[in-house]
Amino acid sequence: MITDTNDLIAFNQDWMKKYTGQSQLVLKPKTTEQVSKILAYCNEKKLAVVPQGGNTGLVGGSVPVFDEIVISTASMNNIRSFDESSGIFKVDAGVILEAADTFLAEKGHIFPLDLGAKGSCFVGGNVATNAGGLRLLRYGSLHGSVLGLEVVLADGTVMDSMHSLRKDNTGYDLKQLFIGSEGSLGIITGVSILCPARPKSVNIAFLGLESYEKVQKCFQTARSDLCEILSAFEFMDRDSQQLAAKSLKTTHPLCQEDETGVDSVPEYPFYVLLETSGSTKEHDDEKLENFLEKVMGDETVVDGTVSQDETQLRTLWTWREGIAEASQQFGGVYKYDVSLPLDSMYSLVEAVQERLKKLNLSSTEDESKPVYEAVGYGHIGDGNLHLNVAVREYNKEVEKALEPFVYEFVSKHHGSISAEHGLGFQKKNYIGYSKSKVEIRMIKDIKNHYDPNGILNPYKYI
Amino acid sequence: MSSKIKILVPIKRVIDAALKPRINKTHTGVESKGVKYSINPFDDIAVEEACKMRKNHKDLIEAIHAVSIGPGKAKEVLRTALAKGADTSTLVDVGEEEVEPLVVSKILKSFVEREGSNLVVLGKQAIDDDSNQVGQMLAGLLGWSQATNAAKITIGKDGIVEVEREIDGGVEVVKAPLPMVISTDLRLNEPKFVTLPKMMKAKKKPLEVVKPTDLNIEISKRLETVSLEEPAPRKAGVMVNNVDELISKLKELKAL
Repeated sequence: MITDTNDLIAFNQDWMKKYTGQSQLVLKPKTTEQVSKILAYCNEKKLAVVPQGGNTGLVGGSVPVFDEIVISTASMNNIRSFDESSGIFKVDAGVILEAADTFLAEKGHIFPLDLGAKGSCFVGGNVATNAGGLRLLRYGSLHGSVLGLEVVLADGTVMDSMHSLRKDNTGYDLKQLFIGSEGSLGIITGVSILCPARPKSVNIAFLGLESYEKVQKCFQTARSDLCEILSAFEFMDRDSQQLAAKSLKTTHPLCQEDETGVDSVPEYPFYVLLETSGSTKEHDDEKLENFLEKVMGDETVVDGTVSQDETQLRTLWTWREGIAEASQQFGGVYKYDVSLPLDSMYSLVEAVQERLKKLNLSSTEDESKPVYEAVGYGHIGDGNLHLNVAVREYNKEVEKALEPFVYEFVSKHHGSISAEHGLGFQKKNYIGYSKSKVEIRMIKDIKNHYDPNGILNPYKYI
Repeated sequence: MSSKIKILVPIKRVIDAALKPRINKTHTGVESKGVKYSINPFDDIAVEEACKMRKNHKDLIEAIHAVSIGPGKAKEVLRTALAKGADTSTLVDVGEEEVEPLVVSKILKSFVEREGSNLVVLGKQAIDDDSNQVGQMLAGLLGWSQATNAAKITIGKDGIVEVEREIDGGVEVVKAPLPMVISTDLRLNEPKFVTLPKMMKAKKKPLEVVKPTDLNIEISKRLETVSLEEPAPRKAGVMVNNVDELISKLKELKAL
C-alpha cells in the first residue's frame, strides 16, 4: 500500500508525462485472492479503480484520470510454470516482459512478443492492451498465442482458464474478451501463453531506400524470397533517423564518414530494418545474401549493411527502437498508432507535415514554434504506422491541428485509429472512427453486464 | 618517405563478444556448438585502422593483406576484412585445432616474409584466450620494433610512426621507424558498419586457403589444459540495520 505523495507520482503519471491523475492510494496485491478481495470491496463501496502494469502505455490508459485507486500488479511477479515439450508458459501478470523472455531464452524458447518497452512493461499489461510489437509479423497477435487467462472480475469473481491446452473448441472463447479490454472488464492476474522455439540464427539488414514505393517493393520481395525466415520488417523515414541520431549521439550505421549525430544520417529518405530468424545459419545467410543481391541489383535498395556480430545487431535495433524515446527529447510527443492500407500509409505523415507547416506550427530551428517535427516509422509487415509529432510543449493549438484530422484521414482510408496502443484516455472519443454503431452497442452491453457499477478503469476506452 | 607501406592484418574468429561462453561437459574448453562466432573486436579495430591509414595516406599504403588462422568458417571474417578495404587475404586452415601464440607468431612471420610486409597491425589480444602474446612474440621473432596497446597511431612524414598508449595516469608516446608491429587497444577507433555495395565487391577479391604444412610449420602444443572451471559464485550479501551491527559483523569476519 502506498499513500506517500512523492511515491504516488510514479503511479499517477504516464511515462510521456502527458497524463497525470490525483490518486491518493496505490495497492500492490501479491496474490489473486487479494485482488479478488480488493475488487469485491471496491465494487460494494462503488470505488473506482485503475489496473496498472508497467505503466508504459501510450494513450493514458494505465493512469488515473481523477482519484481512482491504482491497483498495481508489480508485486505479482512469479513465473508459475514452463512445459518444455509443449512450450506452454504460465506467469503472473506482473512479470516484466524482458524477464520472461530471458527465462525462456535459457530453455531455448522465445516470448512471442517483443517491443521497445520490454525492460519495463508487464506481461499482464501486454495482454490487457493486446500489444503488437516488433515480431507480430512472425508470431501473430496475442489473440492467437494466449491460451488461457486468470482474471478477477469487477465483483471479485475469479475466472480461471489457465489450464487450457492449445485446442479447445467448446463454445465462447471468453479469454478473448479480456485481450485488448484495457482493464475495463477485469484485472488479469495470470497468463498462459504458447511460446515457440527460439531461433538459433538471427540476421539484421539495415537498408537505405530512395522512396516509399521502393520500401513497398522491397517488402514484397522480402516476403517472397525470405519467406519463412523473415521475422521483422520495419521502416523509418529520414526525419525519424535524424531524431534518433540527435538523442543517440552516435554514428548512423550507413554513414561512412567520421561524423556523429544528425550529420551522420545519409541522404536516403527511407530506411528499412529487416530481421531474419531461422534454425540454420548457413541457410539463412545464403537466402539473405541472394535477397540482398536481388534488391541491390534492381536498385530497389541503394545502400545497406548487415550485422556482423551480436553487438552490431543490437546497435542496429537501437536505430529503430530508439525513435520512441528520441521523439520526446524536446519536451513531449503526440503519438498516433494507426493501421492503413500499405500504399496510402506514408501519405498520412506527409499530410500532417504539410498541415503543421501551413498552420505555421512546426520548425526544427525556430524554438518558438510548438512542434519540432512530425516523423513516421512502423511495422510495414503489419500495415501499422507510428506517427510521432515531436513537440516542445503540449498545447491545445497543436492538438486541434492534429485531432480529429488524423482520425478522419485514417477513417477515410479505411484504416484503424489504433493498431496496437489501444484507445485509453487519448482516443476514447474517437472509437466511432473505427467501430460501427452496432459494435459499440455490443461492447457497451458487455461492459455494463460485467461491470454494472463502472468501477473498472472509468473515463476511458468506452 | 621513400618506401611504401605494406600492411599485414592478422584476424581471429572468436565466440561473439556479446555472448556468455559456457564451459563444455568435459571441462576441457568452452562449448563451441550452436554458438555465434564473429571477428575478434580488437582485430576489427586493427582492420579499421589499416583502412583508415589508407584513406589518410592514399599514396603511402601499397597493400593491405588480411590473414586468419582457424577453421574453414573463418572465411567469413576475412570476407568482412576484404569488404572493409583489405586487398587480399589468406586463410590458414587448421580445422578445429587450437593454435598456441608461439605457433601463430611463426605462421604470421612466414606471411610477413612472403608478402614483404613492413607493418603489422593486430588486436592486442583475442577475447577467447586473452593471451596478449602474439604481437610481442612476432616482433621478437622478426627483430622489429613494437608498440603495444595503441590508442592513437600517426604516420609521420619522415617515416617515423608515433603511437600513443593509454597508461595509468596518462598517455605514453612511443616512436619508431618501420618496420614495426602495432597492437591495437579499444579506444583506437570505432569500427564502422560494412555497406552492402562493399560486401558485394569483396566477393571478387582474392581469398586464398593454405594448410600449415604448405608453410612448413608444424602445429605443436606446449601447453596442456588440465581442467576449466567457472569461478565460484559470489556469496549473497547480508543487510545490517545499524552501524553497531555492521561493526560487530566485520569483527566476526575478522575484517576489523
